[in-house]
Amino acid sequence: MKTLTFLSRQAPFGTSNAKACLDMVLASAVFEQRVNYIFMDEGVWQLVRGHEPAGIHAKNTMAALQALELYGVENVFALEESLTERNLSLAHLQIPVRLCTRAELSSLIKTSDVVTAL
Amino acid sequence: MIISVMVTGSPVSQQSAQTALSFCQAALSAGHQIYRVFFYEDAVQLGSALNVAPQDERNLNAAWSEFVKQYELDAVICVASALKRGILNDSEASRYQKPAANLAEGFDISGLGQWVDACLNSDRVVSFGA
Repeated sequence: MKTLTFLSRQAPFGTSNAKACLDMVLASAVFEQRVNYIFMDEGVWQLVRGHEPAGIHAKNTMAALQALELYGVENVFALEESLTERNLSLAHLQIPVRLCTRAELSSLIKTSDVVTAL
Repeated sequence: MIISVMVTGSPVSQQSAQTALSFCQAALSAGHQIYRVFFYEDAVQLGSALNVAPQDERNLNAAWSEFVKQYELDAVICVASALKRGILNDSEASRYQKPAANLAEGFDISGLGQWVDACLNSDRVVSFGA
């Protein structure tokens, strides 16, 4: 078993990066690997509840975040400073996540076999 | 060392697909082994046999196709990314009743599981384009 870490750094709509990252996370989980899913920078917007993307004819891919637990993806993190910079808190988020600091992020990356940033 | 490479950047609007090709050539020259190259998101456009490069520019699709054939590399185009962008092999073209297939020689179309498999079987996985 390997540790695969994903850094999701883009907003949920506007580019396909968020969906691409989520798909990789789910595929890794299906292969029963240790997965760290980390939301940082603009990526923290994916976690915010209440998106209504039908208004821009986009699919609500972030609804699939609710399924992470079912897939066994338990290590879901948000970079605390990315939330703070955007005046967001845990109360705004649609799923429970662990907050991490820059130092904790470094150690998560250091202890991973593969790191993918999207 | 066993290396796998993921390419995500568009071959026509980003440098990453060329950088990835140069990296793979350097890795092989240095005696490393390439387990798989996985093309994801806009990088699947590299699998099109129908692109036309201006005369004074490099045809990166042709360069990649030649490279993977020459070294018999496992070059996998992500199926979900490919279908959306109109990159089809014969079986996908017939499955979706499209007028033509356009997958270049040397590439296979398969799923994200191939990327996870590459992660499990490689010493290093290097991404280009994100």
